[in-house]
Amino acid sequence: MERNLMIAGFGGQGVMTMGKLLAEATAEATDLNVTFFPSYGSAMRGGTANCFVVISDKEIGAPVSYNLEDLIVMNGPSLHAFLPNLKSGGNLFINSTIVKDEIERDDINIIEAPVTQMAIDIKNERALNLIMLGVYVGATNAVPEDVIIKGIEHKFAAKERLIAPNVEAFRIGLEIGRDKSKA
Amino acid sequence: MAERVFMKGTEAMAEAAVRAGCRFFAGYPITPQNEIPEYMARRLPEVGGSFVQGESEIASVNMLYGAASTGIRAMSSSSSCGISLYSEGVSYCASARIPMVYINVQRGGPGIGAIQPSQQDYNQATKASGNGGFRMIVLAPDSVQECVDMVYEAFDYAERDQNPVLILTDGVMGTMMEPVVLPPMKSDEELSKCREKFLPRAIIGHPLGQQATCRPGSVGGGQEEKNIAASKLYKSWEKDIKVEEFMMDDAEIVFAAYGISARISKVVIRELREQGIKAGMIRPITISPFPYKSFENLDFARVKGIVNVEMSIPAQMKWDVEYAVKGRCPIKEVLRSGGQLLTNNQVMDGALEFIKEVL
Repeated sequence: MERNLMIAGFGGQGVMTMGKLLAEATAEATDLNVTFFPSYGSAMRGGTANCFVVISDKEIGAPVSYNLEDLIVMNGPSLHAFLPNLKSGGNLFINSTIVKDEIERDDINIIEAPVTQMAIDIKNERALNLIMLGVYVGATNAVPEDVIIKGIEHKFAAKERLIAPNVEAFRIGLEIGRDKSKA
Repeated sequence: MAERVFMKGTEAMAEAAVRAGCRFFAGYPITPQNEIPEYMARRLPEVGGSFVQGESEIASVNMLYGAASTGIRAMSSSSSCGISLYSEGVSYCASARIPMVYINVQRGGPGIGAIQPSQQDYNQATKASGNGGFRMIVLAPDSVQECVDMVYEAFDYAERDQNPVLILTDGVMGTMMEPVVLPPMKSDEELSKCREKFLPRAIIGHPLGQQATCRPGSVGGGQEEKNIAASKLYKSWEKDIKVEEFMMDDAEIVFAAYGISARISKVVIRELREQGIKAGMIRPITISPFPYKSFENLDFARVKGIVNVEMSIPAQMKWDVEYAVKGRCPIKEVLRSGGQLLTNNQVMDGALEFIKEVL
């Protein structure tokens, strides 16, 4: 089974880091095929950033898709630009601190989490992406949670004191994702 | 088995080159291949190698000429419009029979094109990478793993043939991250053995100057003899043709694609098979020498049509396919260009449209 995810938001929200962490952790801890493909081009501060992660038990063709199983939007412009690319029955993850728009599609699952505010509340402002990654993994079980936790430990191996707060941020998201998927 | 690591195509190719024994790199920045020189700038000094950021592409390719003349394993990389600027230097290297390796991480074209991926340089890579009608072995990877394996073996081809070798890849493969198993580091002993073969290569002014083999073309006379020898070499590449024939045993619809387009086509072929359509693919792995025979020898009583998939408009590899097929079945083009990426769905839609017509 192949799973296509796109993550989109502002530069600085950790969009690329989120995608890369998911992909790299999956590559290291599983036998699955995985690709990470960043959008690149003339970028500016506060501009848009997006990336694609494909996870599959078969060979992966294109590392990009406009027929997505999952879409994570961290800001408003991304919602409008990419929502048409989410397939019917797909999962839309919204950073509801920033994205307040009414969603006009009723053929998709919508999972909202105010991750920008939540990151401020736990005094780890930069971890909004890890909270969202937790929401994503909790709701979809795209990969086992341990895979990501190992990935976070690996990523912060040189700054050990950052491991615990970032794992905590991920776990907070995980709980939300699980609750929403039950609902 | 070696551990798999998760790497970007460009960085994986750079590491593969170092492990193959590359100890000199010169290049000039251009998207989407900048991570190759960036990686080399950091990595080469660790293994006693040299990195130079040239003042231009033209300077860089000529530094490569000089470095490779000494028998050291040397490489460069650039992208599309940058590669155009390499033409003169590459032609000189081919004329002087210099064993150098370079990589083209293709972007949109012609002209400055687009910084996004494309396969717009096929004709340039396979037919005329410079003046004078020389040829090169050109390898076209379809995964980050193949990028690594091809860079690793490119140096062996270059040294065996005393001729430049080109890796033709694209911005998808260069930018994408994928799990990859890296090859072992070649030992200093292995590398000095390679270098010994090149001792007679000396430039003007050196006591061995009379034997100098690194001077281009008619310097010292004998241009025609050199061209005849080169031509003999090119003919000998029949044995080096590499091609993947995927699900071809009973295929009625044959995809023709290389690199990123082939990788996407493969997924589409599996889906078509699930729908009961007998699809297969001929994927040239060496696009020069081209596997004409794979197309020539198709059973056209069975094969109803060919789907030629490329990230180039107009189609380019299709010329080689047509040359072998000689009108014996229809050929459908599925193309994107201008930095637009092909997706699985677009290839599927194009193929289905064609299948309705021919099956």
